[in-house]
Amino acid sequence: MPLGEDKVLEIQNKARAIRETIIEMLVAAGSGHTAGPLGMADIFATFYFHILNHEPHNPEWEERDRLILSNGHIVPVRYAAMAHAGYFPVAECLTLRKFGSRLQGHPERTKLPGLETTSGPLGSGLGQAAGIAYGARMDRKRFRTYVVMSDGEQDAGNTWEAAMFAGNNKLHNLTAVIDRNNIQINGMTEQVMPLENLRGKYEAFNWHVLEVDGHNIKQFCDAIEEAKAIYEKPTVIIAHTIPGKGIKEIEFDYTWHGKPPTKEEAKKFLHELRTLGGKVKSEHQ
Amino acid sequence: MLNSDLKLAKNIFDTPDMAPTRDGFGTGLVEAGEKDSRVVAVCADLAESTRILAFKEKFPDRYIEAGVAEQNLATVASGLANYGKIPFIASYATFSPGRNNEQIRTTVSINNVPVKIVGSHAGVSVGPDGATHQALEDIALMRVQPRMTVLYPCDREQARKATLAAAEHQGPVYLRLAREKTPIMTTAQTSFEFGKAQLMWQPKDRRKKPDVVVFATGPLLYNALIAARDLEEKLAVVVINIHTIKPLDAATVVQWAKKAGAVVTVEEHQVAGGLGGAIAEVLASQAPVPVEFIGVHDQFGQSGEPAELIAHYHMDAPSIIDAITKVKARKAK
Repeated sequence: MPLGEDKVLEIQNKARAIRETIIEMLVAAGSGHTAGPLGMADIFATFYFHILNHEPHNPEWEERDRLILSNGHIVPVRYAAMAHAGYFPVAECLTLRKFGSRLQGHPERTKLPGLETTSGPLGSGLGQAAGIAYGARMDRKRFRTYVVMSDGEQDAGNTWEAAMFAGNNKLHNLTAVIDRNNIQINGMTEQVMPLENLRGKYEAFNWHVLEVDGHNIKQFCDAIEEAKAIYEKPTVIIAHTIPGKGIKEIEFDYTWHGKPPTKEEAKKFLHELRTLGGKVKSEHQ
Repeated sequence: MLNSDLKLAKNIFDTPDMAPTRDGFGTGLVEAGEKDSRVVAVCADLAESTRILAFKEKFPDRYIEAGVAEQNLATVASGLANYGKIPFIASYATFSPGRNNEQIRTTVSINNVPVKIVGSHAGVSVGPDGATHQALEDIALMRVQPRMTVLYPCDREQARKATLAAAEHQGPVYLRLAREKTPIMTTAQTSFEFGKAQLMWQPKDRRKKPDVVVFATGPLLYNALIAARDLEEKLAVVVINIHTIKPLDAATVVQWAKKAGAVVTVEEHQVAGGLGGAIAEVLASQAPVPVEFIGVHDQFGQSGEPAELIAHYHMDAPSIIDAITKVKARKAK
């Protein structure tokens, strides 16, 4: 489906709303990851407001597209996107990581409908997505399976076992998205455990590889459409993103991987988001 | 005497038929596949030796090869189950649920999807392959995971029934199998109920208070029966088959422990965390009586012939007789 300017603008606005919710929920939680969720806000907004064939009020609908989140620690972006898409009230986002909440620190399928899987321990999402895609193909189901992975979890052996499995089985109904933000907890990925040549690695495992600017909604959608047209292989979209995207102070700073903003910082960050970095006046001021 | 209600094999004590429990899994899985088209098989390059091969030949489109990749074996199965299939994953128990334990915990148990984990080649009776291939910790690993059911059938026939029961069970299941041929004690007519312990042997005079109750699991149940028979004239022994280690039939365990006042547990596994541990946990709180533990005591296995190793690790019938005698003597006078 071609993407008009209006639609792109709508998705961008959703992404900004998702970023605001991420900041609000992390402050309320007092713990959690900041950089990853902010960096993936554009992609999750695009999934929930354009790509996915889904029914927010009927999350178990059998024919829905499956979106698997492998790197569960960025789940605030998914919770925020789901809430804004109508899966549950946005206000519930403030229960993140609290006792009794459906919004667990890392996502649990059994707690909140629509999450698809339980994740957090890295490297196991691609295999699960491959299993879903394999089962769906056995039954000639038309839905697509998407899986979002971090670049850090490309260190994990299970990721490559699954990559080999999906490539061998030519799972063309499976599309993987790697959040290539170049950071992991211990520092830059290329210093901790170099991943390059990442494209070449996936190509060697019989995948169709695309690279996009993860903040360019049109480019990302084009890649998703191209993946649907590839029938011989699974596709992986390496989405180059800026960790912490949208808040200058967080962008590119790996120390923001695993900590939430303080109340003071959150006030400043929300102001930045609501004024588009000071370009417009905010009604929230 | 043997419990006639169970319709056990007639030839148990002379020349019992011999077959490995993995064979029962092989035929059971084909039956399960015929009954339910959602049943699929995933294997990590061990189709023949886990006996999943029969399913592959019967249902080639429902057989999925994972290669030597046990972590992915678990995660792919998680995805298949999540979608709506009933996947059986087979490998050696040291690799699955050994190597892929965290994947099972997160993507099967916490995720709560009906993956059936089949661990073959459990115990020292694997023989010549040695310690690396002799799973002795798998029951412990699986038993501590919430939502997991743990089955350890005593013979080929029971393994067949356990496989069918596992396919029908809603949640995750661990099914423990052995490589070696062992005596077939049960028949097609013998009942099998999930989570229900089986009274295999009891004193001739049923009204007589038993001296000792033996809780045994897996093929070593046979050695427990031999021990009970050999002691028949001297001691009133009861032998119970614990084919479902989790959920444990605590009511039956406590009832017989109270009646006998002394317990022996028998398993081809580490006593710590295994059946011995499970029984002790129940008895400590509900019926504290003396217990002797037959099993492996904090050691690894080694190469050798199966019977030789069973004797070396004191899991043969004479060792069980010693344990019964010892625990009887420990009873409060």
